[in-house]
Amino acid sequence: MIESIAEMVDLAENQGLPLHEIALRAEMQHSGRKREELRERMRERLETMRESVEHGLAEPVMSLSGLSGGNAHRLWNWLSEPGCEPITGPILSRAVARAMAVNEVNAGMGCIVATPTAGSAGILPGVLLTLQEMRGFSDEQLVDALFTAAGIGGVIFRRASVSGAAGGCQAETGSAAAMAAGAAVELLGGAPRQSAHAVAMTLKNMLGLVCDPVAGLVEIPCVKRNAAGAAQCFIAVDLALAGVESVIPADEVIDAMGAIGRRMDERFKETARGGLAATPTGRRLARLIWEEKRED
Amino acid sequence: MPHRRSISAFDIIGPIMVGPSSSHTAGAVRLGQVGRAVLGVQPKEALIGLHGSFAETGRGHGTDRALVAGLLGMDTHDPRIRDSLDIAREKGMRVAFEKVDLGEDAHPNSARLHLKAWGREVVIEGASVGGGVVEITQIQGFPVRFSGKYDTLIVVAEDRPGTINIVTGLMLDHRVNVAFLRVGRKQRGGDAIMVYETDDHIPEELVEALEDFHWVRWVRHVPPIMG
Repeated sequence: MIESIAEMVDLAENQGLPLHEIALRAEMQHSGRKREELRERMRERLETMRESVEHGLAEPVMSLSGLSGGNAHRLWNWLSEPGCEPITGPILSRAVARAMAVNEVNAGMGCIVATPTAGSAGILPGVLLTLQEMRGFSDEQLVDALFTAAGIGGVIFRRASVSGAAGGCQAETGSAAAMAAGAAVELLGGAPRQSAHAVAMTLKNMLGLVCDPVAGLVEIPCVKRNAAGAAQCFIAVDLALAGVESVIPADEVIDAMGAIGRRMDERFKETARGGLAATPTGRRLARLIWEEKRED
Repeated sequence: MPHRRSISAFDIIGPIMVGPSSSHTAGAVRLGQVGRAVLGVQPKEALIGLHGSFAETGRGHGTDRALVAGLLGMDTHDPRIRDSLDIAREKGMRVAFEKVDLGEDAHPNSARLHLKAWGREVVIEGASVGGGVVEITQIQGFPVRFSGKYDTLIVVAEDRPGTINIVTGLMLDHRVNVAFLRVGRKQRGGDAIMVYETDDHIPEELVEALEDFHWVRWVRHVPPIMG
């Protein structure tokens, strides 16, 4: 069982192996299953990710509550207009659209892959499928990247938390963005150490983020927080690939995230009693939804 | 609380599930699945207690529907989850919900399932600890801790010496390797609970053999829940 990002990096450097191979071998040992069987299971997940992205982009997907939806499709259409030049550039803007697409499908009780959670499920597919489109990575390379992400996420799960109810949004979208950053750096040719710095820098920039869903639904602000997670991921990826290092090591950042989460007021941990959920508009929408439900 | 228990790559990249929440929907489905397995049959009656965040925001995440879907034997990616309350009604399962306080130590995403069918009755408590991973914390008032990821054998028996030897002896006969074993009891001189999580499939004959011992109160095999 790998307990730290430092251990993952050491194992990779000492054996001259990529992080995804370390993560895959750890899983083989843990499960007693063969390499190909594990890769096949991961391919299945990649396929579900792709389906959820395509579904959310192809048509406006509305949430069950009717509170949100259709924005991934709106952004995608705008990006497809001739001459459209998004300020965030083609890669980030497309990753944002894909990330939002998955979360809108999720809010509509559609099928997604929780990576690491459903509320943060857009970030990894958004980042990885966009890198595939723009940089031509193969499905097998994406499967590798998912194992790297799983290895990083496993460390975060064990050392801190990936649950909004236990650690706030930092534990969900923060973890997802950090996992995506570590995986993306490797995909783009960075060394294991650079992946670790990307993990640290992403999570650092998302520390303290509260989980404050309006009406308790995984919609507002979750869908847009997935967009933000993709952006935080790419910022850290560029920094890490340029050779910028995090002064605070990844494991210490993860531990800090865990400690912040434990001390965070309950109102900010998925109870829908604080933050955006407690704003006048948040409360009004909550009343509207639950009163309508009672009339059903 | 850091979770030192084993976690698979497919817990992190997964489960494949119907939204909207891995802890409040997928994890809740799995709690329901374990409850159904511990009861051993589909419940006729289910009183579902929701604690903490499950009580506060569970409705919006479909936690109620998800728990019932699990009780009905559905998996985390079953598109019928959203209609599970209606399906339960059609299948004659009576369902009621209440808000409960399971104490300060309970994880915010916890539930208590009080299930009945055909003279059987089970009270089980568990938590959805993130990303769809669950941990069962109490059965019939006995403290336990298991994830449902392994083949699990639950034995409630008279608290007397040598019982573990007999169970593990039977496991040896059937070539079943124990991954984790936890023993617990409410007080000295009462019954005790043994929870075996195993790497290998637990055959029905092993369960039947155990049921024949006079000191065994009840035995249940919970097959692994995966998604």
